[in-house]
Amino acid sequence: MTRWKPTTLTGWGRNRITRTAAARPERPRELDAAVADTRDVTVLARGAGRAYGDAALNDGARVVLTERLDRILSFDAASGVAVCEPGVTFADLLETFLPRGFMPPASPGTAFATVGGAVAADVHGKNHDRHGSFGDHVEWFDLLLADGSTRRITPESDAELFAATIGGMGLTGIVRAVAFRLLPRATPWVTVREKRIADLDGYLESFAQVRDSVTFSVGWIDALARGSSLGQGILETAEFHEDRAMPAPPRPRRVPVDLPSFALNRLSVRAFNELYRRRVPTAGRERQRSFSKLLYPLDALHDWNRIYGRRGFYQFQCVLPDRTARAGLRSLLETIAGTGNPSFLAVLKTLGRTGRGHLSFPMRGHTLALDFPCGGGADELLHRLEAITLEYGGRIYLAKDSLLSRAGFRAMYPELPRFEAVLQRVDPGARFMSDLARRLGLKGAA
Amino acid sequence: MSAPVWLILGASSAIARAVARAAAADGADVLLAGRDTADLEASAADLRTRFGRRAAALDFDALDSTGHAAMLQRARDFAGEATLNLFLAFGTMPSQAEIDADPALIDGVIAANYTGAVNVLHRAAPMFEAQKAGALVVLTSVAGDRGRLKNYVYGSTKGALGAYLQGLRARLFRSGVPVVTVKPGPVDTAMSYGLNDMPLMAQPETVAAACLKAAKKGTEIVYVPFPWWPIMTIIKLIPERIFKKLNI
Ligand SMILES: Cc1cc2nc3c(=O)[nH]c(=O)nc-3n(C[C@H](O)[C@H](O)[C@H](O)COP(=O)(O)OP(=O)(O)OC[C@H]3O[C@@H](n4cnc5c(N)ncnc54)[C@H](O)[C@@H]3O)c2cc1C
Ligand SMILES: NC(=O)c1ccc[n+]([C@@H]2O[C@H](COP(=O)([O-])OP(=O)(O)OC[C@H]3O[C@@H](n4cnc5c(N)ncnc54)[C@H](OP(=O)(O)O)[C@@H]3O)[C@@H](O)[C@H]2O)c1
Repeated sequence: MTRWKPTTLTGWGRNRITRTAAARPERPRELDAAVADTRDVTVLARGAGRAYGDAALNDGARVVLTERLDRILSFDAASGVAVCEPGVTFADLLETFLPRGFMPPASPGTAFATVGGAVAADVHGKNHDRHGSFGDHVEWFDLLLADGSTRRITPESDAELFAATIGGMGLTGIVRAVAFRLLPRATPWVTVREKRIADLDGYLESFAQVRDSVTFSVGWIDALARGSSLGQGILETAEFHEDRAMPAPPRPRRVPVDLPSFALNRLSVRAFNELYRRRVPTAGRERQRSFSKLLYPLDALHDWNRIYGRRGFYQFQCVLPDRTARAGLRSLLETIAGTGNPSFLAVLKTLGRTGRGHLSFPMRGHTLALDFPCGGGADELLHRLEAITLEYGGRIYLAKDSLLSRAGFRAMYPELPRFEAVLQRVDPGARFMSDLARRLGLKGAA
Repeated sequence: MSAPVWLILGASSAIARAVARAAAADGADVLLAGRDTADLEASAADLRTRFGRRAAALDFDALDSTGHAAMLQRARDFAGEATLNLFLAFGTMPSQAEIDADPALIDGVIAANYTGAVNVLHRAAPMFEAQKAGALVVLTSVAGDRGRLKNYVYGSTKGALGAYLQGLRARLFRSGVPVVTVKPGPVDTAMSYGLNDMPLMAQPETVAAACLKAAKKGTEIVYVPFPWWPIMTIIKLIPERIFKKLNI
C-alpha cells in the first residue's frame, strides 16, 4: 500500500506552483507498488527537482520521488563502471569516487542533481568538448515501464528505447538503476586559469583555442554589457592538479527568506557583474581550487533560487551550431542587453558533439545560459530568444525551459518522430506524463 | 585490532540505513538484519562500495524468536574477534485510527515492538556479558514517555520496551556494556511519510549521528533532536486530570 502525500512542487526556477500527490519509495519493491498504484492517473519520476521549468512537475497528478533510492550498488575500478540507484547524487559520486581518482563523466552545475535526472536530461558539464554528455557513458539502465515490468535496456537490446530514455525527460518510464562509466585520472584539486575577455569575438577566439586541448572550460558573460563591450566576461579553464589530499567540505550557507522583487534590478545586477569581472586582474590569474568548487560554484549557497523572490525566474539555455554562433550569439546578447532584464552570471560554454538521445540537447556548438526574474516583460523576451535560436539553427534545453512553443520544439528536435514512435510503443496509454510533455504536446496532449 | 562490527536489526529502516552508513564511514563493518533481504543486499553493496567496509545481509524476523539465537551466532561468527555492537531499529506503527477500526492489529504491534525486541535482546545479553565490550542502542520513541490519545497502543509498546531496557542496562552495566535508549521525536522516514505534518521533524542522518555519539559515550537515554527532552519533561509533569482532556 503506497502512501501518497499531498505535496506542493515547483521547478528550480519556482515560476509555477503545482499540487501533486507524491510517493517516496525507500526500497525497489515500493517503487513498483507506487507505479502499480497509479492505474487511472499519470505519474512522473522526480529526482532532486533541479530542472528549472516544468520537466519534473505533474500538476494535479502523481509524482514518485527517487531521493531515498540512493544506493551505489557496485563499482569496478578496472572499467570505471558504477551501478547506481537513481537517487544517487553527484555529491555522492564525488565523495565516493574522487578519493579513488575517478570523476563522473559529465556533471551539471549542481551536485544536488541525481543520476536519474542526469540520464533523463542527458546532462553536459564543463568538459563536454572532451568527454561528451552523461548519456555517452551509460552502459545500460533498468527501466520500469508503463506495463509494470522492468527491463534492462542496452543500446543493443533496444536501441530506440535506449535513445528515447537518454534525454527523454522521464517520459519513457522510471530509471531504477543505471550503469555508467566514470572517468579515471581525476584528483580533488584543479588548477584554474581565469582570463578577462573584452568582447564576443574575443570569446569565440579564446574558445576556439582552448576547446580541443583543455579538460574544463566555461565562460561567464556580463549580459548587461552593450556596444563594444557586448559579450565581455571571464573565461575559466581548468586542469587536474597532482595534489590528492581531499579538501575540507565547504560549510553550506542558506538564503533564509525570499528576497523582495526589487532586490534584483538593473543597478544591483550591473554592480554585481562589474565586481565579478574585476575580481580577475587584467593580466588574468591562475590558482588552485577544489574540484567541487570548479564544478559547483553555486552550491555553497543553498536555496539560492530564493534570491529571485516569490515570483520566481526563468532560465534560458540554447545551443547554436558553430557556424552560426557568432551572428546568433550577437543577436541574442543584443536583444538581452537591449531589454535590460537584469540577468547576472550568464554562462557561455562550448559543446563538442551530438548526444545519443532522440531529445539530447547537445550538438557541436556554443551554448548560452542565463536567468531572468519573472515579470517585467520576461515572457516576451524569452519568446524573442526562442525565435532567434530557431533562426540560427539552434535548440533550447528542455531541462531549463519553461516557455518553449510546440512549433519551436518540433523544429529544434529533428529526432522527435522517432521519440514519439517509442512512446507510442512503450506507453500508449500515456501513464508517464509531465507538465513539460503537456505543454509541448507530447503523448497526445491536447 | 580488527574493526568493530555493528549488527543492525530492522536494517531497511531509513534510520537504520543512516546508522549503517555513519558507522561504516567511521570504520566499522556492518551486518544488516531484517526481512526484506533483497533490499538489505542492496544496502550492503552500497556500504561495501562507498566505504570499502565488510557488509552483509542477514535473515531476521523479530516475530520468529526461534530463529534469534542462530541469527546472533551468525553475527558472532561474522565479527570473529572484533567487538560486536547492536542497533535495534525495527518496529511498526499502524495509526491509532487503524487500530481502533481493527483491533486485530494490536497483537502485531506488541509482538514486533515489544515481544520481538525483548526476545532478541534477552538472547543477545549473554553474548555481550561474555564480550565485556560494545554497546546496545535501541530505538524507542518520545511516544513511550506518556500514553496519548492519538497514539497509545504504539506508545505503550515503546514505554514497556523502555522499562525493559532499564533492567537490561543495570544487568549489562556489570559487564561494562552500555545500553542506550534513543527516544526520537518524529523522523522523516517511511513510517511518518504522508501522515499529518509533525513538529520538529528530524532527518534520519541526525538521529543516526546522535545514536552513534551516545554509543561512544555510553549515554543512558537520549532524546533526538534535543528539544524533545525539555518538551517531554514538561509533558510528563502535566497531571492526568488535565492531560486526559488534551487532544494530543
Ligand atoms: C544550479 C544548476 C546548474 C545546472 N547546470 C547544468 C549543467 O551545467 N548542465 C546540464 O546539463 N544541466 C544543468 N542543470 C540542470 C540539471 O542538471 C537537470 O535539470 C537535471 O535533470 C537535474 O537532475 P534532478 O535529479 O534534479 O532531476 P529533476 O529536476 O528532479 O528531474 C528532471 C527530469 O528528469 C526526470 N527524471 C528524474 N529522475 C528520473 C528517473 N529515475 N527516471 C526517469 N526520469 C527521471 C524527471 O522526470 C524530469 O523530467 C543545472 C541545474 C541547476 C539548478
Ligand atoms: N519515524 C518516526 O517518526 C519515528 C519516531 C520515533 C521512533 N521511531 C522508531 O524508529 C524505528 C525505525 O523506524 P523508521 O522510522 O525508520 O520506520 P520504518 O522504515 O518503518 O522502519 C521499521 C523497520 O522495522 C522493520 N520491521 C518491522 N517488523 C519487523 C519484524 N517483525 N522483524 C524484523 N524487522 C521488522 C521493517 O522492515 P520490514 O517491514 O521489511 O520487515 C522496517 O525496516 C522504529 O522502531 C520506530 O518505532 C520512528
